[in-house]
Amino acid sequence: MHRLTMLMRALAVLTLALLLPVLAQADGLIAGKSFGNDREIVVTFKAPVDQAVFADPAHYLVYEESDPDIRLELADVRLDSTGKIAFLGFKEPLNTTRPHVVSMIDLPAAVTGRTVETFRVAKPYLGYLLSILVSALLINNFVFTKYLGLCVFFGTSKRRDTAKGMGVTFTIVMVVSALMSWFFYQFVMKPHGLDFLQIVVFIGLVSLTVQAVDTILRKVNPALFNAFGVYLVLVIANCVIIAVPLIMANNEYNFLETFMLALGAGGGFLLALYMMASVRERMELARVPKSFKGVPIAFIVAGQFALAFLGFSGLSLF
Amino acid sequence: MATDKSNLQLVVNGILNENPIFRLVLSMCPAVGISTTVMNGIMLGVAVLFVQVFSSCTISLVKNWIHPRIRIPTYTLTIATWVTVIDMVLAAYLPEAYAKMGIFVKLIVAFAIITMRLEMFASKENLTHSFWDGVGMGLGFMVGMMAIGFVRELLGLGTILGYDVLGFRPLLFFILPLAGFFCVGLMMGFFNYIETRYKRVKQG
Repeated sequence: MHRLTMLMRALAVLTLALLLPVLAQADGLIAGKSFGNDREIVVTFKAPVDQAVFADPAHYLVYEESDPDIRLELADVRLDSTGKIAFLGFKEPLNTTRPHVVSMIDLPAAVTGRTVETFRVAKPYLGYLLSILVSALLINNFVFTKYLGLCVFFGTSKRRDTAKGMGVTFTIVMVVSALMSWFFYQFVMKPHGLDFLQIVVFIGLVSLTVQAVDTILRKVNPALFNAFGVYLVLVIANCVIIAVPLIMANNEYNFLETFMLALGAGGGFLLALYMMASVRERMELARVPKSFKGVPIAFIVAGQFALAFLGFSGLSLF
Repeated sequence: MATDKSNLQLVVNGILNENPIFRLVLSMCPAVGISTTVMNGIMLGVAVLFVQVFSSCTISLVKNWIHPRIRIPTYTLTIATWVTVIDMVLAAYLPEAYAKMGIFVKLIVAFAIITMRLEMFASKENLTHSFWDGVGMGLGFMVGMMAIGFVRELLGLGTILGYDVLGFRPLLFFILPLAGFFCVGLMMGFFNYIETRYKRVKQG
């Protein structure tokens, strides 16, 4: 019981800590701010503001939080009819996954009491995490837009059952090995300046994960092992599985981001395999020219899938 | 157990009979992903040649001390070491080409073709044979990549190695990344067709 109370208290503190920045920002001029479309920031004021000051791009300075030296150029600023909402239009599309800082300068002191008003615009973190997932799953699908893991992709997409088994095994191994790689990268390799050993360490960890999953599955669930065991060997010699830790290290992802990336990559691989297997099962009945039977026609089909996946490129849900 | 093939036969075998890309259908990822120009093909081909030859030699030298149960991890780590070497060399001396190839240089570590050659050839043969087999396989990969790059660059940009050959761009589609799938599929079908025709002619 005591432990439960402690837990509740800890949760309450955590919630408060998360809410605090939101509450703290409540005073001042600004009521709300968010990204509009990809080249727009929408700022909501508490009260109607002066058209002459707040619709003038010269009063705004905008930059990405990580690059304060690079000012983003504003194209125009519009105020809506109530005078409470300002739309900041930019010349170049913004990288909305990163937090931006907006500074309003040279404000007349009579309006706000100070001449500079600075605030931060960022997407909700959960939305950012989900966008990594969706990106790895659809927009940057590892098979159809990054062209990785093709050997196994063409090798095991002949039947739907096989495709499912392979995809699930892949996802599990990928998530486990990516999280282990993250741990090693952050706490062993980076502090000791061993970045250059990335390839050796990551491939070693992947082999280790495969071996571990193999052993554990054999003991814990022999039925599952009989179904999935054969695919485990194939997993090691595959570039999808080693690409995830490499991308993780390249982008300096944190734990949750790595998890989402691995999940999305595995899910995307499963999706690609399953779709391909469905088509190939039907293709057995089709009259394919003799020289194109087997692998060549599979390549053409994969190309058509890739064309279709190109349609996801502009997708932005969060 | 030694092979009865001469060194030249080993090299030719890697380029033609057992071409990694068109015959064994292995290491397809770079063949689709970055084969947009001949130059890319040559660059990655050189990297693979390097890794294949040095890993083959290493394994051939230490084959008697590897316990059979841990041979696959040993191969993987050997390859990973040589990939790290070429990765760092390329990043230091050819930064532009390296940036173009992106993650694919690091991914040589997962090429099935290299592991397969170590398992099937270098772990059984002596140093000289392993060396020439490695050269053959590496060249075979390079030739395959160059062939795809040749078709894509010629049809997509009308150039070869950056020199304007045609003077116009026949099919810009081929330079798109995803056209790699179509290009490889069509080329494979074409080679199959030639092979069947050749056999029919030979039979009379």
